[in-house]
Amino acid sequence: MAVKILTEHINVPNINTFEVYRKMGGYTAVEKALKTMTPEEVVEEVKKSGVRGRGGAGFPMGMKWSFLAKPEGVPRYLVCNADESEPGTFKDHYLMREIPHLLIEGMIVSSFALGAKKSFIYVRGELMYVIKILEKAIAEATAAGFLGKNILGSGYDLELVVQPGGGAYICGEETALLESLEGKRGNPRNKPPFPAVKGLYQSPTVVNNVESIANTPWIINNGGETYAGLGVGRSTGTKLISASGHINKPGVYEIPLGITVEDFIYADEWCGGIRPGHHLKAVIAGGSSVPILPAKLILNLANGDKRLMTYESLSDGGFATGTMLGSGGFIAMDETACIVRNTWTFARFYHHESCGQCSPCREGTGWMDKVLERIETGKGNMRDIDLLVDVAKKIEGNTICPLGDAAAWPIASAIRHFRSEFEWHITHPQEATQPGAVYRGEMELV
Amino acid sequence: METTAPQLFKITFDGIEIEVPPGTTIMQAARQLGPKYAPPAMCYYEPLKGTGGKCRACLVKVTAGSAKDPRPMPKLIPSCITTVQDGMEVENTTNESVLEARKGIVEFLLINHPLDCPVCDQAGECHLQDFAFEHGRVTTRYEEERRTFEKHDIGPYVQLHMTRCILCYRCVFTADQITNKRVHGVLNRGDHAEISTYIEKAIDNDFSGNVIDVCPVGALTDKTYRFKNRVWFTKPVEAHCDCEKCSGKVTLWYRGDEVIRVTARKNEWGEVKEFICNTCRFERKKTSEWTIEEPTKISRHSVIMANKYRADLKKPDFGLKVAAAQYKEIDDSRPYLTDNNTIRELSKENNAKANQRSLAENN
Repeated sequence: MAVKILTEHINVPNINTFEVYRKMGGYTAVEKALKTMTPEEVVEEVKKSGVRGRGGAGFPMGMKWSFLAKPEGVPRYLVCNADESEPGTFKDHYLMREIPHLLIEGMIVSSFALGAKKSFIYVRGELMYVIKILEKAIAEATAAGFLGKNILGSGYDLELVVQPGGGAYICGEETALLESLEGKRGNPRNKPPFPAVKGLYQSPTVVNNVESIANTPWIINNGGETYAGLGVGRSTGTKLISASGHINKPGVYEIPLGITVEDFIYADEWCGGIRPGHHLKAVIAGGSSVPILPAKLILNLANGDKRLMTYESLSDGGFATGTMLGSGGFIAMDETACIVRNTWTFARFYHHESCGQCSPCREGTGWMDKVLERIETGKGNMRDIDLLVDVAKKIEGNTICPLGDAAAWPIASAIRHFRSEFEWHITHPQEATQPGAVYRGEMELV
Repeated sequence: METTAPQLFKITFDGIEIEVPPGTTIMQAARQLGPKYAPPAMCYYEPLKGTGGKCRACLVKVTAGSAKDPRPMPKLIPSCITTVQDGMEVENTTNESVLEARKGIVEFLLINHPLDCPVCDQAGECHLQDFAFEHGRVTTRYEEERRTFEKHDIGPYVQLHMTRCILCYRCVFTADQITNKRVHGVLNRGDHAEISTYIEKAIDNDFSGNVIDVCPVGALTDKTYRFKNRVWFTKPVEAHCDCEKCSGKVTLWYRGDEVIRVTARKNEWGEVKEFICNTCRFERKKTSEWTIEEPTKISRHSVIMANKYRADLKKPDFGLKVAAAQYKEIDDSRPYLTDNNTIRELSKENNAKANQRSLAENN
């Protein structure tokens, strides 16, 4: 059985209460950090662990912490990004619902390391019941003396605030999140200045994902080097993967980084294979924003080696033959899934969620949505395919925030790997618009 | 005590070296070189703090970040909000990817734009028109339905034609920065985002008219001027009056003897430095209410200058000098054709080639 960092005690009855969580060894990291360590030592420990941001970009967390500006007389903030709204990703939701104290403990340790006196958890507005769970957990921790003034007699004060989001995907982008937290319209900010210099209320701010923060108690308890010992190369530790789609056992899995993709899909410990009688056609490995890969390329690298569930291995080969680990939203599709319809669904999502601030994303996402709708409903034209590629290229990299890239990548990659399917939709409009119609031409299934 | 002259940063813009003080943005540095070099700006408005970075029209390529760290920046960056570093090298029109990206931006801005220039009051002084003329393609690839909105009257003087809006946010910044209370803003998201007043509230304060001047397109129009004229038939004249609310420095737009419009004075980048009040803009429309200064100086390339004779403008003799320097005798070795049939065939062939070429360019 692999090491579990986040989900070890998740099945213990009543783990969402303070007593049970404490009995299972909870809040020892707070005691250790506040009583025996300096903030710098905590940062150093997290740096040593090599843990990378779990929100999608995979930026080393320790490095992010060390970039935080520390001017005199200005407050510093830690903001936990719990606005998980990427289609295909549902790990933070699960973690906060089942074991809220793990996040609270991580927030205390991380805030202590960064010297933040007030920290925020920005939860997406749709998850109102999770917000209530978190608020209950905070009240329990405050009553037990782990939050509030002079925590455990160390002289460190911390106030933890849970803020419901307004229900916009864009507010998961860190600067839009900060705007929203300040009570403004959730438009991403231009960078630089980065949040580490001018973030919330123009003060230095660190924004971290729920899963990243939830890793810190374990790192403090067991040491950064132990954590770095898990995983492969620069992908250290474990990762929560939200597996969905045509697999036998969908759900949230904590995997040690470094298992092969093949193992993850077919081993009984994880997804348990593709549903009976069907074959794997394509995989979206890290949530809707990352490029889709056909079965053959997701299982093996371009050079024939097995692909691993790590940041490096998944992005091997660039976007020509690779993808990204992203936020770990693993969507597997068998041969009954229509790639065009799927791509259109994503395009519709990004069209709906674009904030409308910068022109390429505002206009481009709508354009791609409309063109894909035409192709899917049998009114497509051969030149539409190249048009989509070109529009995606013009959006990518030219926008304020990564939403533009996230809208462009799935479409560009779907056309790159499944062009014949798009062409079939255009050349066979009659067949393609039948309910449940799927391209049955040549494709490589596994 | 040390007395040091302010240190200047040396940057290279399209191969031209220029020294600017630290903190200058790339756009400001380029504007010092002149309109020929400055990147286009649809949302950036120098007098308003916080504008810029939204329209992406001013994207440039930084081929060397600074003298210390000469690595190129991986993405195209918005020149209006990026400050210069010492030794920075920037490529604007000399870089193919910049021009390609700008072509894309024009296309994006135009897909939901109604293209009703023939009936739009802004035509002739429209930034989007200029931008599209300079960087856009001739045809469109957009076949879908365009997004449209109803027209709104916001306040007694201003009409909002949201369909034309490119969401530059300039009017929002204007209301924030020169008036006490902003009652309009952006509603909704994505391509359905719209400028709107707070629950059908009218914009009612003394400086509301300035949103018309800052609007780069014809989305916010002057109700006292709507459909009265085309800008190239009018004659702009600088004038001032003794106004207790504002500086009173304006441009009067004449048609014949009649003042048909009053606007604030715009500089060569189309930016207003001194905002004016609604009384000056909408109520004072008689010459007797103003002290006339001089005709407004307008670039000779602008359509506003069409059909106007300006005595103070002398034709520069560069053209003659260039022609003299480049003069050489024609040395044409092609045979001199007299046969009518051959000429006809050749000209047919040439016409076909030219047609193909222009078709290829347009596609």
